Amino acid sequence: MKIIACIKQVPDSEAKVKAENGQVSWGDAPLVINPFDEYAVEGALQQKEATNGTVTALCIGPESAKEALKHALAMGADEAVLVSDPALDGLDTLGAARVLAAAIQKIGGADMVVFGRQTLDNGAGLTPAQTARVLGWPMLGLAGQIKVDGGNVTVERVIEEGRQTVSAKLPAVLSVVQSIGEPRYPSFMGIRKASKATIPVWSLADLGVAAPAAVVTRAELMNPPSRETTVEIITGESPAEIADKLADKILAEKVL
Amino acid sequence: MKTFVYIDHFKGAVQPASWEALGLAKSFGSAVALVFGSGVDGIAQSAFEFGADEVLLVDDPALLDYRAEPFASTLSALAAASSPDLILFPTTARTRELAAMSAVDLGTGVLTDVIALEANGNQLVATRPIYEGKVLEKTVCSGKPVMATLRARAFPKPAAEAGRTGTLTKAEARAEALTNVEGYAVAENVVNLTDAGVIVSGGRGVSNNPSLGLDEMATAHKGFELVGELASVLGGAVGASRAAVDAGYIPYSNQVGQTGKVVSPDLYIAAGISGAIQHLVGMRNAKLIVAINKDADAPIFTQARYGVVGDLFAILPALTEAFKKKLGK
Repeated sequence: MKIIACIKQVPDSEAKVKAENGQVSWGDAPLVINPFDEYAVEGALQQKEATNGTVTALCIGPESAKEALKHALAMGADEAVLVSDPALDGLDTLGAARVLAAAIQKIGGADMVVFGRQTLDNGAGLTPAQTARVLGWPMLGLAGQIKVDGGNVTVERVIEEGRQTVSAKLPAVLSVVQSIGEPRYPSFMGIRKASKATIPVWSLADLGVAAPAAVVTRAELMNPPSRETTVEIITGESPAEIADKLADKILAEKVL
Repeated sequence: MKTFVYIDHFKGAVQPASWEALGLAKSFGSAVALVFGSGVDGIAQSAFEFGADEVLLVDDPALLDYRAEPFASTLSALAAASSPDLILFPTTARTRELAAMSAVDLGTGVLTDVIALEANGNQLVATRPIYEGKVLEKTVCSGKPVMATLRARAFPKPAAEAGRTGTLTKAEARAEALTNVEGYAVAENVVNLTDAGVIVSGGRGVSNNPSLGLDEMATAHKGFELVGELASVLGGAVGASRAAVDAGYIPYSNQVGQTGKVVSPDLYIAAGISGAIQHLVGMRNAKLIVAINKDADAPIFTQARYGVVGDLFAILPALTEAFKKKLGK
């Protein structure tokens, strides 16, 4: 089975991200593979192993995003492709879906495309379903478990109300959640292989698509209001006394 | 302005944030509620009671189970036929997909997790958290209709007016489906964390050591029982940190934080949670945060208004008793 794992590069989740002069700044924090997309690569590798298949990691981003692709290669992906073009600045999710769909078609022969649930930066979580819609393929979102049987895929979706089992014919687009299993650490051999890999870079011209005009644009960037952070530590002679004082404090805040 | 409001439900149980969306729609002008499903005329009646001027009801056995493709095609067809200016959704697993797909059909954009929406002349400006809430952006959509999914509890829920009615219009389903629903394993006593007004969460500290020995598992189960008892007295839901979920103490659906749910209750009580940034991004919008932890240096105390440095196994039951007395339960 041929599997494509779509990934993105984002600032590390420990980064102190803030709005600065109308731009998002993350200081000198490293850019890493989006944590949710590590689960996507893990899910793709599990299916590769189950079906004796291959995994291609696909990413839209600047040249530096090759590092995120190398992480996927080091985890065990067979190939990687970067889509990079100056015309992709300010891309929105609909544009990203159209570009990814074109790249998926150009890679060709994919049976399954796997995404992470959302990205840490924009966090809209729309791109997986939009890519499926552009391709006209079934969308199986928020999969916690994946099972492939011949030309069919069955997933257990993790939704607010519990779990839902859904199936579809391949090819299909999936997004995965944490229940898929902890992403494997890159092996020493994997890291060596990744460091030597040549990652092809495709422009929009290579994909034969025009630069998508963004429908969603940012008008302003703000830092959230800083919250009252002085903690009042409640003390007392016994748990009962502490609990009594604390309950009174909470009741006085009128949040119940 | 004409607004469509998608009423999201699971087997007939409406996500309360749907009504919040209806309230917001009314503040802009006329509100048309969209009710999709099979045997859902009761939901249509509720939509009138929460303020819908019109209900577009698509009641079809093919829509018994939510599936992205037929629901999106039905929505797109209705939007193409009557050109609303805005389509609002509560933010749920279903609506993220539905709005995403319908936006492709209509060639427009979706603003997700919106916490404020203002009309500025002819333009709608949405405020939404990005980078896990570390930054806020104001964002606009140049397409029509503007589509927006609203974060639960960010907008007031309108009061229901019993017996209120309006125009009921029946519409056709577009039932082409690419996926089959094989079944459900619905969680018992489902508590929707994103809609909860009170959340009591447990972390790794509900056990003394996360090494998963049988004794430790028993301790952890006892710890989550104590968390659950306090939540129940306060009429709240049980949450957990990733450490507790990874250790197998509690299901993933209860996880608050980066890879779990983002919540904004009025009261959040964190018991035995140290407060890693990945947890904080999920709960720092709570109005009042209370932390109980053995370690006085735990980062959770930097976010809390009230704190107790102590053993949750002693403090939680005492707090449950105190609230039982004070709340007359």
